[in-house]
Amino acid sequence: MAKIQLNGKKITIKLKFTIMDLLIKYNLDKKKIAVEYNGTIIPKSEYKKKYLKNNDSLEIVHFIGGG
Amino acid sequence: MKSDFLKISKTKLKSRLIVGTGKYKSFKETANAIKASGADMITVAVRRVNIVDKRKPMLTDYLNQKKIKLLPNTAGCYTSDEALRTLRLAREMGGWKLVKLEVLGDKKTLYPNMMETILSTKILVKEGFKVMVYCTDDPSLAKKLEDCGASAIMPLASPIGSGLGFQNTENISLIIKQAKVPVIVDAGIGTASDATIAMELGCDGVLINSAIANAKKPILMARAFKDAVISGRNAFLAGRMKKNIFASPSSPLKGLI
Repeated sequence: MAKIQLNGKKITIKLKFTIMDLLIKYNLDKKKIAVEYNGTIIPKSEYKKKYLKNNDSLEIVHFIGGG
Repeated sequence: MKSDFLKISKTKLKSRLIVGTGKYKSFKETANAIKASGADMITVAVRRVNIVDKRKPMLTDYLNQKKIKLLPNTAGCYTSDEALRTLRLAREMGGWKLVKLEVLGDKKTLYPNMMETILSTKILVKEGFKVMVYCTDDPSLAKKLEDCGASAIMPLASPIGSGLGFQNTENISLIIKQAKVPVIVDAGIGTASDATIAMELGCDGVLINSAIANAKKPILMARAFKDAVISGRNAFLAGRMKKNIFASPSSPLKGLI
C-alpha cells in the first residue's frame, strides 16, 4: 500500500498503481482531465507508465462553469 | 452577413457574443442559455475534479464541442504563477492554445493586476499560447499588452459581475482606435443595451456571464443579448448619423399646404 495526496485529500492505493489505474478507480475520462504529478504536468501518453509511490502529490483537474 | 465573422488569432467565430458558464443553476440551464445566445465560444474555469462523488456529471458532458469552442480562463488567479499553472493544465487537457488570461489584483473589485498580467502574457506568448487578455480600460496598458503579443484585448466596462455597464466609453473608444487585434469587452455588462453600446463603439465582441446567468429568465436574456450584439454590430457597420443640437424636420417643406 502507498499513501498519496490527491486533490488535497490523503488516500491509500495499492502498490504498482499507475495514474491510469487511479483514473479508472475514480471513473475519470482521460480526455476530460489533466494531471499534475508532484508539480509537473504529465502528458496523457504517460498515464499508463507513471507508477505512484508513497507521499506523491497529485492534482487532477477538469473544466467547470466559469466566467 | 456571412463574411462578418470574429477572427481571434486563427480562430473564426460566427457570433460576436462569447458567453461565460458560471453562476447557472444547472448544467442544463447553462447548455440552454448557450444555445439561445448563439455563441460559438464559451469560457470555462479549471478546477479540481470531485473525487468524493464519482458519479457527478461534468459540464463538458452537456456541450457539443464540435459546435462550441471552449476558452479556458484563469478566473480566480491572483498571481502569474497560478495563472500559468492553470493554462498549462488546460492545454494538456485538450490541446488548447487559445486561452483567456485573467490575473486579479483585488478581491473586492476583481480589478486586474496589470503587472502580473503583462508578465504572464509575455511568458504565455513565448510558450506558443494565443492569449486573450482581461485588462483595465487604460489605453497605454492595452497597447503594452498588444506589443507583448496578446491575441485579443479584453478591457472591463466595469467590475466583474457588477452589472454597472460602461463607466468610461471614451477609454474603450481609444483602445479600439489604436488596437490591431480584436477588442472584446469582458466585464460589467448589465443588460442587453450595454452590449449594443459596446458594439456601436466598434468593439469586435463582448463576453457576458453574470448578466445572463443572474437574470430572472436566463434563457430569454441570452436571446436578448444575441439580438443586442447583432443590432449594435449592424449599427456600427451602418455608421450612425451626426448629432446636432438643433432639430431637422423629417418631412420636406416643399409643397406644404
